[in-house]
Amino acid sequence: MKVPFSYVFRNLWTRKLTTLLTAGGMGLVVFVFAAVLMLDAGLKQTMVGTGSHDNVMFIRKGAETEIQSGVSRDQASLIESLPQIARDVDGQPMVSKESVVLTSLTKRGQDKASNIITRGIPPMGLVLRPQVRITQGRMFRPGSSEIVVGRNIFEEFEGVAIGQSLRFAQRDWLVVGTFDGGKSAFDSEVWGDCEQLMQAFRRTGYSSALARLADSNSYDALTSAVAAEIRLTVEGKREQLFYEDQSRALSTFISILGTVLSVIFSLGAMIGAAITMYSAVATRTAEIGTLRALGFRRPSILVAFLTESLLLSLVGGIAGLFFASFLQVITISTLNFQSFSQLAFGFVLTPKIIVQTLIFSLIMGFVGGFLPAFKAARMKIVDSLRAA
Amino acid sequence: MYYLKLIFKNVFRAKLRSGLTILGLVIAIVAFGLLQTVVDAWFAGANSSSAARMVTRNAISLVFPMPSYYRDRIKAVPGVKSVAHSQWFGGIYIEPKNFFPQFAVDHENYFEMYPEFLMKPEELLAFKRDRQGAVVGRKLADQYGWKVGDVIPIRGTIFPGEWRFTIRAIFDGKDETTITRQFYFQWDYINEYLKKRFPRRADQIGVFNIEVTDPGRIADIARAIDAEFKNSLAETLTETEKAFQLGFVAQSEAIVVAIRIVSFVVVFIIMAVVANTMAMTARERLAEYATLKALGFSPQFVAALVYGEALMLSLIGAGLGILLTFPMAAGFASSPAGAVFAAFRVSGDTIILQAASGLVVGLVAAVIPGWRSARIRIVDGLRHVG
Repeated sequence: MKVPFSYVFRNLWTRKLTTLLTAGGMGLVVFVFAAVLMLDAGLKQTMVGTGSHDNVMFIRKGAETEIQSGVSRDQASLIESLPQIARDVDGQPMVSKESVVLTSLTKRGQDKASNIITRGIPPMGLVLRPQVRITQGRMFRPGSSEIVVGRNIFEEFEGVAIGQSLRFAQRDWLVVGTFDGGKSAFDSEVWGDCEQLMQAFRRTGYSSALARLADSNSYDALTSAVAAEIRLTVEGKREQLFYEDQSRALSTFISILGTVLSVIFSLGAMIGAAITMYSAVATRTAEIGTLRALGFRRPSILVAFLTESLLLSLVGGIAGLFFASFLQVITISTLNFQSFSQLAFGFVLTPKIIVQTLIFSLIMGFVGGFLPAFKAARMKIVDSLRAA
Repeated sequence: MYYLKLIFKNVFRAKLRSGLTILGLVIAIVAFGLLQTVVDAWFAGANSSSAARMVTRNAISLVFPMPSYYRDRIKAVPGVKSVAHSQWFGGIYIEPKNFFPQFAVDHENYFEMYPEFLMKPEELLAFKRDRQGAVVGRKLADQYGWKVGDVIPIRGTIFPGEWRFTIRAIFDGKDETTITRQFYFQWDYINEYLKKRFPRRADQIGVFNIEVTDPGRIADIARAIDAEFKNSLAETLTETEKAFQLGFVAQSEAIVVAIRIVSFVVVFIIMAVVANTMAMTARERLAEYATLKALGFSPQFVAALVYGEALMLSLIGAGLGILLTFPMAAGFASSPAGAVFAAFRVSGDTIILQAASGLVVGLVAAVIPGWRSARIRIVDGLRHVG
């Protein structure tokens, strides 16, 4: 025979303060746990959204980022001539030869400068990145010292409103628009005309070349063609993978730190649950004896107390998750160790995270409540009735 | 005195519960301490910098170099004692995860400017005489088991190619705050290569390290240096070594802030646990408290009993936690994960913060139970059953 659920529920309800404190402690742990998963999911979403599967990013062999890389003009032309590269309606190769540098901007409310990726692109650069849209103002005019800034740059940094100018490389660069990169890493970049930026920075070669594949399956053929051409000292990678690799260190850092914290914190919360359940068992010794005398069997008692603990943790889990869901409005901008520049990303709550978080909180409840429930189930009827 | 004894006896009446609570406290206080130490480690570079040194970099950003002839012009600025230069190399030792900072430096002057790096004079001389020589910090050498004479292959990312360096010297830090996880080699080595392969990239410097004669005038000297290169192709930004280091920290500030917040969350979690323990304890003893009041003890006395018990519990936990933090931090610092941090040391401030959080947890945890116990009416209390 099962112990009625209402008995379990009412036990929690009678001792509101204790229930609240225990569930609150668990809720905080769940909050941290969920926040870390959400942050990692947000970072992944940003990086995956940045790249397109059909684009291939070429950088110099051995280089890991566009900043470290260099692709000379003749190498870029060689890439353009490869047969696996798509052509547009005019028969032009769909290759965006870009120059990428780091400049510094100051975040609002800070006095230290942060590194910002400044990307010089030809008109083809926009064609290859259809997710990027101008939201305010207009696109920079080719051949001019005009720039457009990404959404996060516009929101978080000083001196980048439309009409203001940035000063670097002995020129004033007029901000003429802002763009939305669809939550991609481009939101944290500044874009200008490639040839203008190269002239200003006295560069003769490009940093990278982004190419569209004529056929999505011809990636392997393209890489072997590049490897076979000895004049090319570049390496190609699918754009999506390239950006995923760019944030690998940051992603690993977040998940390791988060896992370690969650495990340590959950120990505290499980101890809290155990204390509560032990005391619940201790104060109800006579009650347990009565239940047993009425005919409830040991397993039923075990299940009842375990359910109480699981219910407690579920309340905490749901509360933690509820508050964590509000984190989605926050965007974090921090240094990506690999590209050595600022990257903005948000918290993203996915169904998978909801399930993971609830399972995590139930595990806490189970571990914390098992020993006390076991103790309750093992009590002898006579002894426990006498205890009152 | 008998009062303390009463509290002490009360704390250990429910041994299991008190034991668990103290265990939870110990875990929380250790976690709090370690997180604070992580934040400190973030700032380690800035804290170990000298007040008499400055760094000049390209005003656009660190990735842009400056022509090497700037060196002589900087040296000519009044107040500048000596100038050295260094260049971030950013190479990979076997695998990208084996990260440590590598700098190509001015082998003649660099180490004279950093007296906190202690090494044998004959080793330094050997380094200066070997174009492919390298100087490594003790912590780094220990991590990979390197000895003087070992050849270290490093794959260049910014400077393409496979580079081989021979360790000529290993340096120790002057004290615990000195970072000894760097890898230095001769700037001339890469410059000679660049002259042959990429002449346009040769004779370019990442940053200039400057020592001034009078640290009091450091701001004026910095301005004078920057004025020297105003409106040139490579304008400069000169700042103190500390400001330069803090610039890196500021870029990853969001992470530092997150760790700080989380370290306080753990204190809240444990606060809930201790408050819960005290709430249960006080509820069980309502009859006792009523008896005490019936005997003539004041409500304040009863409240003080509850507060005293909460404080004793939390301070025992905090004390044990603080004691445990040291071996834990040492263990973490010697693990592969801890090796990422240049310096991992529990500071005095951290210990004070740990003790303070223990105190606050105890006080806050006792508020509601203490208030309830003090207000209990004698008749209700005596009637109360567990």
